[in-house]
Amino acid sequence: METIKLTIDNKAVEVPKGTTVLKAAKQAGIHIPTLCYMNMEHLGIENKPGGCRVCVCEVQGRKTLVPACVTECTEGMDVKTHSLRVLNSRRTVVELLLSDHPKDCLTCLKSGRCELQALANMMGIREIHCEATAAMSTYRKDASPALIRDMDKCVMCRSCETVCNDVQTVGALSAVNRGFMAVVAPAFEQELTDSPCTFCGQCVAVCPTGALTEVDHTPKVIRALADPAKTVVVQTAPAVRAALGEEFGYPAGTSVTGKMAAALRALGFDKVFDTDFAADLTIMEEGTELLDRISRHLQGDKSVRLPILTSCCPAWVNFFECNYPDMLDVPSTARSPQQMFGSVAKTYLAKKMGIKREDMVVVSIMPCLAKKYECQREEFSVDGNPDVDYALSTRELAQLIKMANIDFRSLPDEDFDHPMGESTGAGVIFGVTGGVIEAATRTAYEVFTGKKLEKVDFTELRGLEGIRTATVDFNGTPIHIGIAHTLGNARKLLDGIKKGMYNFHAIEIMACPGGCIGGAGQPLHRGNSSFIKARMEAIYKEDAGKPIRKSHENPEIIALYEDFLGKPLSEKSHHLLHTHYFGHPKK
Amino acid sequence: MNKLILNDCHKKTIKDICDSFGNKPGELINVLHKTQEHFGYLPEEVQNEVAVNLNMPLAKVYGVVSFYTFFTMTPKGKYPISICMGTACFVRGAEKIVEAVEKELNIKVGGVTEDGKFSVDCLRCIGACGLAPVMMIGGKVHGRLEPGMIKGILDSYE
Repeated sequence: METIKLTIDNKAVEVPKGTTVLKAAKQAGIHIPTLCYMNMEHLGIENKPGGCRVCVCEVQGRKTLVPACVTECTEGMDVKTHSLRVLNSRRTVVELLLSDHPKDCLTCLKSGRCELQALANMMGIREIHCEATAAMSTYRKDASPALIRDMDKCVMCRSCETVCNDVQTVGALSAVNRGFMAVVAPAFEQELTDSPCTFCGQCVAVCPTGALTEVDHTPKVIRALADPAKTVVVQTAPAVRAALGEEFGYPAGTSVTGKMAAALRALGFDKVFDTDFAADLTIMEEGTELLDRISRHLQGDKSVRLPILTSCCPAWVNFFECNYPDMLDVPSTARSPQQMFGSVAKTYLAKKMGIKREDMVVVSIMPCLAKKYECQREEFSVDGNPDVDYALSTRELAQLIKMANIDFRSLPDEDFDHPMGESTGAGVIFGVTGGVIEAATRTAYEVFTGKKLEKVDFTELRGLEGIRTATVDFNGTPIHIGIAHTLGNARKLLDGIKKGMYNFHAIEIMACPGGCIGGAGQPLHRGNSSFIKARMEAIYKEDAGKPIRKSHENPEIIALYEDFLGKPLSEKSHHLLHTHYFGHPKK
Repeated sequence: MNKLILNDCHKKTIKDICDSFGNKPGELINVLHKTQEHFGYLPEEVQNEVAVNLNMPLAKVYGVVSFYTFFTMTPKGKYPISICMGTACFVRGAEKIVEAVEKELNIKVGGVTEDGKFSVDCLRCIGACGLAPVMMIGGKVHGRLEPGMIKGILDSYE
């Protein structure tokens, strides 16, 4: 490999040809500040519009400063990353960015996590020289059921555009107009709701400022908690426990399940339950549906649609409803765990507790922003009363805990309440790519073969590769499985199926990188994959530590079927736990 | 917004244009040029059809259409008027020419007369600075303009 020798801040560095100054500096342990640059290493996608100029450096012999993120190293280059000229220029660049930026930092939802704020702070900017003559931008705010666009705060880094188009292939966002009117927006500057947006929220996860944020449900939850007439029930998704700790100073990959349960109880929730329980329930329904389709297929029934596609991920559901309206009968009809939990809570549990549906409020804690949209879908309500009232993100839960002055780190480990708090390892791994299909395989194998599974770990289904395929031997019958995470990979897989390239029985799809652990409601990843890996390890560790690791062995699930539902795919199950899809072709 | 219901014939025209450029997203600007030449403007429905044929997000197509002033989403008049606001024309009184045209036709820049005869736009430099201030009507350049000349020029168009 051809290499190049250069010096950065008097340090000799040797890098492969084609390396940028930014990466060479990083290799030499020198930090160059950036704003618009984003490297999603695990996805092989780099966002470097070279637009913000925060990373400018001085190169000996060149008249102008160069942006480090897009300048390739050349032989003998002599780079200075913090000469006085560089520091002054960077300062001017940030001052210009701030000049038309709203100054509501104190009340901005991104306060404390905003990269522009951090830069201004790092540079010690205490006044903005050009402010007096700068006109403030005045774009229309766009509030969808899940995401809010406040483009006055946009710095045109275009990370959201890269994620939306290159990673997710959703194509809802693009830079439009020019000059001062330039903005990142959907086509014709329509609202997100009218665009192909799936509410996956990955744009929020990578936005460096407060331009893209989630709809805040915390005030409504606080109101419900304060209302003595309401019984407030909470459920926590599998991926939340693997990331919540990051908000309280724990290293990524620390599982905080027990403290989370204690915190929710301290916040005043009447019952603290687990979405993992509903994940086990999903496996019972989806797994049975899978086996039903496979058995009929093996018997030669030509009307069976295979592969079966998972349907837990609401952004994925939006994606196929929009992009594959001709395939609406392919995905499993099973509702997502969030919605299964809600409908069981407001029927089975409400009856058990002797309260009316209207007096129960179901709150879910989700690693996801699309869940905010999902719980508002009309089909998931009864006479206008939703099965799940509010969906909070992991970040919003952390906010609530801080607001309530709860010292999270000193909380004891507590258990979930019953009868909807017991879960198995299979429910836990729903939070990571490949987990749903592994959980389904654990149960489907035993039901299909009638044999006990010796080894519950299907390592062939794990990993962070974008598209994975595996064949699992069901006692002589090979079952072909496909897995994709990110919607771009889902599209590749689905287009491949349409072309007849694959022959799968079942496919799991998750919209976010790494699955729910990389969800847009989690502590922001801004393209950094190391968080995702650490959270994945935490999830598999939690699974391995569970005494029961197969959904159909969950005693509370068994009891739910005995007392209430009958059996999987029963009439009651269909009514409460399944759904149907609506095609709305791409605009 | 001007709605246009695309019939099969319109769709075929757009498809043929996209085909002639190999349906490559990289040819978007060329495709839009040809499409605008045919339709006179690029309404939402046309942009959507282009996006479908080139297999690219509609938002990206709109991004390009909204970036370049050459592309327009409103239909032009039978005689599109483009008044140059480049530096040379500007210093030689282009603004007064704009005023005169607006007054004569009773429309603003960006608009179309009710009878669809004229539309008015501004652009930056057509490379005829020696004739400043200039305006183009259709393909014809009118130079060394003075506000008093406008009525006569416009009247000469049937």
